[in-house]
Amino acid sequence: MQFLEDALQLREQRQQLIASNIANADTPNYKARDFDFKKALQGALAQNSGSPTELTKTAAAHLPGVNETSFGGAALQYRTVQQGSVDGNTVDMDTERNQFADNALRYEASLTMISGHIKSLLAAIQG
Amino acid sequence: MSLFSIFNVAGSAMSAQAQRLNAVASNLANADSATSSTGEVYKAKQVVFSAVPVNGAVATGVKVDRVVEDQSPPRMMYDPKSPLADAKGYVTMPNVNVVEEMVNMISASRSYQTNVETMNAAKSMLQKTLTIGQ
Repeated sequence: MQFLEDALQLREQRQQLIASNIANADTPNYKARDFDFKKALQGALAQNSGSPTELTKTAAAHLPGVNETSFGGAALQYRTVQQGSVDGNTVDMDTERNQFADNALRYEASLTMISGHIKSLLAAIQG
Repeated sequence: MSLFSIFNVAGSAMSAQAQRLNAVASNLANADSATSSTGEVYKAKQVVFSAVPVNGAVATGVKVDRVVEDQSPPRMMYDPKSPLADAKGYVTMPNVNVVEEMVNMISASRSYQTNVETMNAAKSMLQKTLTIGQ
């Protein structure tokens, strides 16, 4: 269950990043960003405590923030430029749309698996 | 739920693109406005986009940073009969490049459509999330 939860949370974060890339397709000097999902999930599973995308707070006064540079240990990276543009924008719409659809589908797959997990738990409880 | 911030991201992009479309409409409408309320010739307006972080999350939205006036020289049209003509018979016309504006218009409307689709995808993902365990 923890595995699927982590996967779902990371998929959500990734979807958000890709949506940002698509939204900024016309912003001058915007650089498309993404993270390595495999590394992130491995990292998230390795850190047993807390949510995979939250900062560890060591003092009560620390602000709860989203760690921008790490997703379960995987760094936020800039996409390799396929075709440069004059305004310095590196968003490739084909790549982004492709990744967006792919990520959405995998998110739904994780959802289906969680549902299946809950159903089998229910079956075990109810007999 | 970080999926909710996709609505903010796509929404900000949609309003920015709509503003760009607005500027295009204004430029095309005034492509032949040789004078205005100030007596000056109309200058093409262009929006400048800038990326803004959305409520502390990793997501980045878009906002219109500023609207700038195109500084390229005005088009000179020979029309000695016009009351606005100068001593040589030329009238200063707006520096609107119609071809550029049409390209801008298509680009803005396509980007708008893409963001609508992004929003729809996020919506269906959220709806499916609500059915976990059912």
